[in-house]
Amino acid sequence: MGSQLRLKPRVEQKVVQLVMIFLTSIAVLVLVFILVVILKNGLPQLSLEFLTRNPADMGREGGILSTIVATIFLTLIALLVATPLGVGTAIYLTEYTVESRVTRIIRFGAECLAGIPSIIFGLFGFILFVNKLKFGWSILSGGLTLAFMVLPTIIRTSEEAIKSVPPAYRLVSFSLGSSRWQTVTRVILPSAIPGIVTGVILSIGRSIGETAAVIFTAGSALRMPTSLFSSSRTMSVHFYILAKEGVSMPKAYGTAAVLVISILIINIATYYLMEKYIRRKS
Amino acid sequence: MKQRGILVRDFSHYYGQTRSLNNINLDVYRHEILGIIGPARSGKSTFLACLNRLNDLIPGSRVEGKILVDDQDIYGAEVDVVALRRKLGMVFATPVPLPLTIYENIVFGVRLLGNHNRRELDLIVEDSLQKAGLWNEVKDRLNSSALKLSGGQQQRLCIARVLALKPEYIMLDEPTSGLDPISTMKIEDSLRALKQNYTIILVTNNTKQAARVADRTAFFLMGELVEIDETPVVFTRPSDKRTEAYLEGKFG
Repeated sequence: MGSQLRLKPRVEQKVVQLVMIFLTSIAVLVLVFILVVILKNGLPQLSLEFLTRNPADMGREGGILSTIVATIFLTLIALLVATPLGVGTAIYLTEYTVESRVTRIIRFGAECLAGIPSIIFGLFGFILFVNKLKFGWSILSGGLTLAFMVLPTIIRTSEEAIKSVPPAYRLVSFSLGSSRWQTVTRVILPSAIPGIVTGVILSIGRSIGETAAVIFTAGSALRMPTSLFSSSRTMSVHFYILAKEGVSMPKAYGTAAVLVISILIINIATYYLMEKYIRRKS
Repeated sequence: MKQRGILVRDFSHYYGQTRSLNNINLDVYRHEILGIIGPARSGKSTFLACLNRLNDLIPGSRVEGKILVDDQDIYGAEVDVVALRRKLGMVFATPVPLPLTIYENIVFGVRLLGNHNRRELDLIVEDSLQKAGLWNEVKDRLNSSALKLSGGQQQRLCIARVLALKPEYIMLDEPTSGLDPISTMKIEDSLRALKQNYTIILVTNNTKQAARVADRTAFFLMGELVEIDETPVVFTRPSDKRTEAYLEGKFG
């Protein structure tokens, strides 16, 4: 101990504890502040009509049903594409290769992908899906763009989850006559599921909340989407346009409240299900 | 007349540049318990891994020489490795129940073969647990998690899981190293009973265990087979000074 200042262990313990509580409460306070502002302004807007009617008069009137539907479909497409790709990549990196230059390059690539600002993904999606592949501004273009955006998250979390499966499980599985694939599907993935799901939840949150990447690729039409090729507006884009163009702040807050509440519900529901799954397993 | 089951001829194994087994020659007779003793890092575990080709999983693993199991060269081109691993079941030093129920642990390997007939699986579970001496302790909670069993029970579960595959050889790698004396005794009892129907290779750090259960004992040292003979011979008049020194506790 080079320090001159020496406190009694019990006092020191107390001081450290107070500092930690202070730091933690700042983080929590920020969250509470956001929630209070959004919900205070947004909750009065919420009604069954707000959730079940399409926007009218550029969003000044009516509800947000079409944007809810668009958000759900965009997120679904993103997850349906990104989850198999990401989990597959993670399985390949952990189970089917040994650590080498190639795996390091793949991992480095994924990390870089994670660091790219979402508006660049928007631009990429606009060039590739909207123009080159002629999907136009559509749910499909937006969903695929989001898929690439959340891919690194899913790869990373799945890889960590798979790596944390005890190596002895693999050895036992092989010694009982499993092929590599059987080992992956029957031993490794079931043990890694909680970690993989965490990555997927994070991705759902990012997809629902994403604005920049979506406005370039899914467009901003207020009509109810009728196919994968419909141009449509997600909740976050709707909020952005309502607020930025000064169309209607009350409706903007209403939309934000729905966004925040749905993300909360998804998080709580999945963690509850995960708890049940883990308890059943052990 | 003793029948030979496994023939090891001029067998060497390498991890990258490091030689871990050097020119091993030995036979394993059917229905015997062959004890393998030796200090840490003497190649005992590697030898077991070579017999069912679990060493394939380690990058840089390479072999020379031959191992014949029931007259089949197990490093031959047309060998079905999965079938080989079923034939030579393996029990590891630390009991590793998979995070499944007791029942599903036992039938894990059987299900891999595509057998999902509930009645057959039930029979296999009961039979394997009986043979491993665990049935009476767990028959009422087959559907609870295997992770809840005690260490000794888990190890017997691992033995039962191997038996469910109907292997011909059972290889155990220091199976009682983490267990209390009573659990150890139970496992040794099971091994003596299993000898009637299986050939057993028992790697052990505990020389007294080899003396208690092994019919013949092999002494490995730094990747070489120093000596192999009837257990009483190895323990009372070893032909090699190093064996004598090891058994007297002078090193290892």
